[in-house]
Amino acid sequence: MSKKSKQKATGLLAIFENPGDLVNAAKKISGRMAINKVEAYSPFPVHGLDHALGLKRSWIPWVTLVLGLAGWCLGFILQAWTSAVDWPLNVGGKPFVSWPAFIPVTFECMVLIGGIATTITLFAACSLPRFDKPVLDHSLTNDRFALFVDRTDVNFDEKRVEEVLKETHVSEIKNIL
Amino acid sequence: MEIRGNKIITEPLVNPEQTYADVNADVCKPLESFPTKKWWVCFLIASGSLLIGSALATDMFRRGLGVLGLNQPVGWGVFITNFVFWIGIGHAGTLISAILFLFRQKWRTAINRSAEAMTIFAVMTAGLFPVIHTGRPWYAFWLFPYPNQRELWVNFRSPLVWDVFAVSTYFTISLLFWYVGLVPDIASVRDRCKNQIRKFIYTVLSLGWRGEARHWNHYEMAYLLLAALSTPLVLSVHSIVSFDFAVSILPGWHTTIFPPYFVAGAIFSGFAMVVTLLVIAREVFNLKNYITLYHMENMNKIMLLTGMLVGYAYLMELFIAWYSGNPYERFIFANRVGGPFAWSYWIMMTCNVIVPQIFWVKKWRRSIPIMFVASLLINIGMWFERFTIIVTSLHRDFLPSSWDYYIPTRYDWGITLGSFGFFFTFFLIFCRILPTIAMFEVKAIMKFGKKEYGELGD
Repeated sequence: MSKKSKQKATGLLAIFENPGDLVNAAKKISGRMAINKVEAYSPFPVHGLDHALGLKRSWIPWVTLVLGLAGWCLGFILQAWTSAVDWPLNVGGKPFVSWPAFIPVTFECMVLIGGIATTITLFAACSLPRFDKPVLDHSLTNDRFALFVDRTDVNFDEKRVEEVLKETHVSEIKNIL
Repeated sequence: MEIRGNKIITEPLVNPEQTYADVNADVCKPLESFPTKKWWVCFLIASGSLLIGSALATDMFRRGLGVLGLNQPVGWGVFITNFVFWIGIGHAGTLISAILFLFRQKWRTAINRSAEAMTIFAVMTAGLFPVIHTGRPWYAFWLFPYPNQRELWVNFRSPLVWDVFAVSTYFTISLLFWYVGLVPDIASVRDRCKNQIRKFIYTVLSLGWRGEARHWNHYEMAYLLLAALSTPLVLSVHSIVSFDFAVSILPGWHTTIFPPYFVAGAIFSGFAMVVTLLVIAREVFNLKNYITLYHMENMNKIMLLTGMLVGYAYLMELFIAWYSGNPYERFIFANRVGGPFAWSYWIMMTCNVIVPQIFWVKKWRRSIPIMFVASLLINIGMWFERFTIIVTSLHRDFLPSSWDYYIPTRYDWGITLGSFGFFFTFFLIFCRILPTIAMFEVKAIMKFGKKEYGELGD
């Protein structure tokens, strides 16, 4: 980890009572003022926020697809190899690789590996678990919504940002130092 | 829901006067106060039953399986019945959390957390039975394919091995899905904590979740994917459980209708259990503003539908037995309906086919006492369904000289009681330490504060 990312982020935290106000403010700050180092906090996923902040669609489905298919292959190979290669055992005169009988386990392996991979990827993508970042406000997991504007952004101008925020229905502006 | 002109008027899912802060306050309240007397009474009964079951199971392991009521033709009895019963109970949780999610049924949000918890504890309970039924639980690891000095592998063509994979995958994925759903809510609980030890525990469990928009973006996608993986999984699990029977060549078991019939039955019994649990939970923990009569009514409608599906399967089994012209098949079904175990068949028929018909009447569908009694009867009926399928198909086999009756002993019943104790002990502890309602999902469907906001309103 570089020295910069270890530093505590400072900036302005604008708190809203209402998800709609958060989206409108995010549009103004991120869109009109072209500030990129913006982060929004909400107690539940707010739709339209990803668009307002210019977030792309999550890439996790690709991981699920690839690892799900890998699980499918692994499950099948495990069964075929144990039944036909490692110890070929004649069960009821069936072929050694009697693939229709292998489908249930193959399917379960796909779901198992795909599901575990999805969960691990989710937490890795969010770089969780991580406990050193401070909880900015206790109400952000309860009933309020916030927009954090980072001071280190090139387009950051404290007065301008505060002015723009005051145009919205902001209920509180905190200076995070 | 009612229709006026061209407008559909829906009942509110959450009492419209509730605010976001109310959701946290109401749902977290049982976590932050000392348990009530009611809770202690329930907990003592549950853990007492668990103790009785464990003592009897220990004694059974010492003496051997001879203490059970199993005999020569009836090699599978109450334990396998319990296994299928508990696996079935779990299915409603996954249906609510995954399938209703994919169908965008917003009413699921109030009930999915407790239903998923029920799934996990039910699958844990179910998993005990095949293991203790072997009588040698210390060899349970032989079920899994692992490289060993005997150089033996499991037989992958056996439905019993499919079952091992299906049930363990089902448990793992349900647990992950449940935990992923819990993370934002644990973070909410963390931010309310005043006690430092509590705060530390919930901080670790929440993994440091802060509700960042970038995280929500990934989170929603991962949640959707887990739902998409769980949907075929839940259908596969009970299909595979039914293969344990259907792949054998025993009359009464060897039928192609089994997979859909078992899945419908699992959802039926699972919803009955959700109704039983939620009628109690919404009363004890005062959650009537979130788990409304509308939620209960919807679950009763699903019970009505799945009850008729299993009713269809019962009748179709009889018809096919007759239509097949196979004398053994005909005998086993005639024996089921009118033989020594007819009492069990008719308990099943009454509880599963006739009882749910009361839900045609809207007034009864929305009556808490009626649905509570009906859900208990359906649970009993579904237990006897599995008992009927297993025992009546076995007790009169091809040779009349080996026919026998099956009488479960106090070990069978005591360990069954213990399984209920096991399940309820876990469920009661869950109600005390984790939010029983998915708070963030409920907030996301609330209309509160979204008046001027086009994209969220519906």
